[in-house]
Amino acid sequence: MYDFAYHKPSSVADAVKLMAADPEARPVSGGMTLLPALKHRLNKPTALIDLSGIAELRGVRREGDAIVIGGMTTHYEVATHPQILAAIPALARMAATIGDTQVRNRGTIGGSLANNDPAADYPAAALALRATILTDRRRIPADEFFLGMFTTALEADELVTGISFPIPEKAGYAKLRNPASRYSMTGVFVAKGPQGVGVGVNGAAPCAFRQNEMEAALSASWSADAVAAIKQPPDDLNSDIHGSAAYRANLVTVMAKRAVADAG
Amino acid sequence: MNVTLPSAVSSGGIGARVRRKEDLRFLAGRGRYTDDLVRPGQLHGWVLRSPHAHASIDAINDAAARAMPGVRAVYTARDIEAAGLGGVPCGWQVTGKGGKVMAEPPHPVLASGKVRHVGDPVAFIVAETRAQARDAAEAVEVSYGVLPALPDIGSAIAPGAVALHDGAPDNLCFDWEIGDQAATDAAFARAHKVVRFETTNNRLVPNAMEPRAAIGEFDPDSGEYTLTTTSQNPHVIRLLMGAFVLKLSEHKLRVVAPDVGGGFGSKIYHYAEEALVTWAAGQLRQPVRWTCERSESFVSDAHGRDHVTTAELALDADGRFLGLRVQTLANMGAYLSTFAPAVPTYLSATLLAGCYTTPAIHGQVKAVFTSTVPVDAYRGAGRPETTYLLERLVDVAAREMGMDRLEIRRRNFIQPSQFPYQTPVALQYDSGDYEATLRQALDAADYAGFEARRAEAKARGMLRGIGVSTYLEACGIAPSKLVGQLGARAGLYEVANIRVHPTGSVSVFTGTHSHGQGHETSFAQLVAEQLGVPIDMVEIVHGDTAKIPFGMGTYGSRSLAVGGAAMVKAMDKIIAKGRKIAAHLMEASVEDIEFADGRFRVAGTDRSKAFAEISMAAYVPHDYPIEELEPGLEETAFYDPKNFTYPGGCHICEVEIDPETGGVEVVKFTACDDVGRVINPMIVEGQIQGGVAQGIGQALIENTVYDSEGQLLSASFNDYAMPRAATVPEFTVLTSTTLCTHNPLGVKGCGEVGAIGSPPAVMNAVVDALRDYGVTHVEMPATPVKIWSIIQQGGAALPQAAE
Ligand SMILES: Cc1cc2nc3c(=O)[nH]c(=O)nc-3n(C[C@H](O)[C@H](O)[C@H](O)COP(=O)(O)OP(=O)(O)OC[C@H]3O[C@@H](n4cnc5c(N)ncnc54)[C@H](O)[C@@H]3O)c2cc1C
Repeated sequence: MYDFAYHKPSSVADAVKLMAADPEARPVSGGMTLLPALKHRLNKPTALIDLSGIAELRGVRREGDAIVIGGMTTHYEVATHPQILAAIPALARMAATIGDTQVRNRGTIGGSLANNDPAADYPAAALALRATILTDRRRIPADEFFLGMFTTALEADELVTGISFPIPEKAGYAKLRNPASRYSMTGVFVAKGPQGVGVGVNGAAPCAFRQNEMEAALSASWSADAVAAIKQPPDDLNSDIHGSAAYRANLVTVMAKRAVADAG
Repeated sequence: MNVTLPSAVSSGGIGARVRRKEDLRFLAGRGRYTDDLVRPGQLHGWVLRSPHAHASIDAINDAAARAMPGVRAVYTARDIEAAGLGGVPCGWQVTGKGGKVMAEPPHPVLASGKVRHVGDPVAFIVAETRAQARDAAEAVEVSYGVLPALPDIGSAIAPGAVALHDGAPDNLCFDWEIGDQAATDAAFARAHKVVRFETTNNRLVPNAMEPRAAIGEFDPDSGEYTLTTTSQNPHVIRLLMGAFVLKLSEHKLRVVAPDVGGGFGSKIYHYAEEALVTWAAGQLRQPVRWTCERSESFVSDAHGRDHVTTAELALDADGRFLGLRVQTLANMGAYLSTFAPAVPTYLSATLLAGCYTTPAIHGQVKAVFTSTVPVDAYRGAGRPETTYLLERLVDVAAREMGMDRLEIRRRNFIQPSQFPYQTPVALQYDSGDYEATLRQALDAADYAGFEARRAEAKARGMLRGIGVSTYLEACGIAPSKLVGQLGARAGLYEVANIRVHPTGSVSVFTGTHSHGQGHETSFAQLVAEQLGVPIDMVEIVHGDTAKIPFGMGTYGSRSLAVGGAAMVKAMDKIIAKGRKIAAHLMEASVEDIEFADGRFRVAGTDRSKAFAEISMAAYVPHDYPIEELEPGLEETAFYDPKNFTYPGGCHICEVEIDPETGGVEVVKFTACDDVGRVINPMIVEGQIQGGVAQGIGQALIENTVYDSEGQLLSASFNDYAMPRAATVPEFTVLTSTTLCTHNPLGVKGCGEVGAIGSPPAVMNAVVDALRDYGVTHVEMPATPVKIWSIIQQGGAALPQAAE
């Protein structure tokens, strides 16, 4: 780690002020991604702005037909929160599979969304459920938020404050874990609700994406069979020592079938 | 003496499931590991490592680094050479065909002129804090001239390949053979069938839980150096570092290995960092410490395995093995690590008979230098490679012969009546009963019921397979004279010093080292049993050259078979002396004194003295045969084994493959091992479970990948998969015992059998699960993408690797 200044603001406004004043400052939520990067000296921020003292970033609440989750909500809280369990159980089940106990107790949904790791779990759910990412200054539909590998629509000094998930009729998730990192090698989140059918894919490509062909097929017939014959083109998918693009393309279909089965 | 069983089981003696004494401190975080120790005035070292696989070092500019805050020294090869230090030595010299000794290129402490693998140490920076040292390392400017990388055996032996070392122009370390080539050729000439098999034994990164660490100290008044290090064998480090690198004599060099958190072989070797901290402490007259980062350990701790082998088996019409021909290319990595040359040769090819009566065997090994991390012994060391080769080969042969896989094994087993059994590849096995372990494992695994389980799995869309391996290994290393003839540069005896205190409590100083194996418990059981004292009166002390006579440490499942035997010998001396004291005190003749259950008795009478009365008399010799007998009760014994020990057994694995994802799950694993006499069944089961977990890891997930530039792609836990709780099933671990005939305890060793016997059982199961696809072989590791690709190709034997 290199030296950095440390700030612990108690409001979003103060945090944004600090960010705006120092373009090299970085916010830290759970630190599960940022701290290892600092320890490996891959990152050299001038200051860390610790968001854990900001009460308005916490909490889960129902707002009309949506569940709104504060950015500092940990994966453990998402996995166990009664309102989420009741309204979007697939999202709670997903959170329960992120990393390990330590990671779930520290890592946050806001940090995960802002980081947009291609193999992270939440972005697929956000896309499939047509979620809206809430920031200190605007509301960004998921479709416009995840732009590419580790890249989002956030401005340099913009903070994720929460995320709003429309409550679906049903939703399901299935993934295959990378044998080493245990992140998603490929995961598919499916949802059906007032917003229509959504199929979000993580792990397979440089950025989570919606599988439109599967969405159309599931809209016509909500069944695992409906997606079984749909082949994901491998062209722009990831290829590494753990899996070829063709393998990941296959997993998109397999996980989609399983996610539909999981949704019931 | 031969210890009788099981008089003291209930009181914690041999055979009792005594809870591990050491675990409370480990579990409560009170273990004292090297990195936990803080020294007054300590400085911190950081190793600057090569980012290139192969490059010339054209210039090093460290002026800026030296001027940075807190920096006390920046050492490079120039300083090491100016100080006259030696290179890191190799402990074994293999002599190849035609009497040609191996190429043994220099292994400088800091890279000199050239770097030869990613991670090769280039500079050592010492500063007041670790962060300062690391900051300064970033300011050292090294100009490299990048040379072609040799990331694997194939590229290193390709015609025209660049030479990594001047002393090995063709990148060949040695070309060695064992066995009778003419007899083997003759056997092939009359074979009914010849089965050919090629395989690669995948390279592994050891990843002990505790990363390596070292602290060097120097006392300017006494001139004594102390190295505290994460070692499995402090005396070996003192010998190698003292005699060859730093040129310090033993009485001025103390090596301490405190609690060590796992080694699996990777902490046997003498590493450059140990010499650097020790030497730097003398230069700077302050303690210097270094702790490896996890990602640094991937490119600096010796790796394991990495053999490419072709084998041919000649069979008669009944499936009897007539001859075996094996050619292995063994990757040594960039430099020769301490035991590296012995691994593919004397620890591997000598095992080519396995548990079978193959009468003619010829093995050849070419060892090759590559621009990768040095490769050396890793849990099993050579024996997993041969076992995997044989047990896959036997399955392939069964298939090609249309024979049952059990029948072909049984037809070729060495029978109990054939011991001692002389193999055609040097070893003489003393005992074993392969049918007994096979039968017990088959029963426990419900082998007979497998087809029903396969059918049930199929109904769920899963492919279920079963695999068997019947193996034998050679451990308890090793007879010094024999290994000396084979090129070892040290003896492989072990020592025990037993100090009975006046009140009858006992301190045992052993030259072996425990880094997770539970010696503090099982050795205490052994001593408690033989001396008849309660187990909590026994303390096991290891890991300090200042306390313990010269011992060789822990590896090759030798601690009990060799170190335990030394304890027995030392205790025999204690008891012999105690009998003399007892005879004096009870006015009887020595011949009439019997010792059992902690009492010295006059035979045929009710007169007796407790062990503690005798020890007290030895230290308060008021009424004592002082003319004939020295006071005190302390004895030392060295034990040099007469032979290797030969554990063996049967592992049976059941897997289920998800054909849609290629994911392989081990759903059932049964092991029945003959490890000789069992001192603590709980510890033995734990050792076997841990070994099997590592074997499953090798078979299914552990994948060391270098790219064409020699960069390690699987360089962190993000990309290198280690077995986890979810990777391993509930095990059934059984033992079936034949006693070792040549050591006093009848023990064989249990530290490595799990990692040796299991990989072929897993892979035989994987191949069996894929039989409907016509698959005859799958290379390790059987990752999901590999299995899926095979299924996609309808079972084409050699799957496309990812990418
Ligand atoms: C061992 C391990 C296993 C893991 N496994 C998984 C897994 O299986 N699936 C998975 O999805 N994830 C996994 N993760 C990642 C984990 O979920 C992280 O918690 C998550 O990616 C980042 O959340 P965080 O709160 O820790 O963010 P931090 O590390 O604090 O921050 C991450 C990045 O986002 C920025 N940031 C943080 N908060 C905000 C904000 N409110 N607004 C704007 N920018 C912000 C930071 O500056 C930083 O760049 C794993 C992590 C580890 C260490």
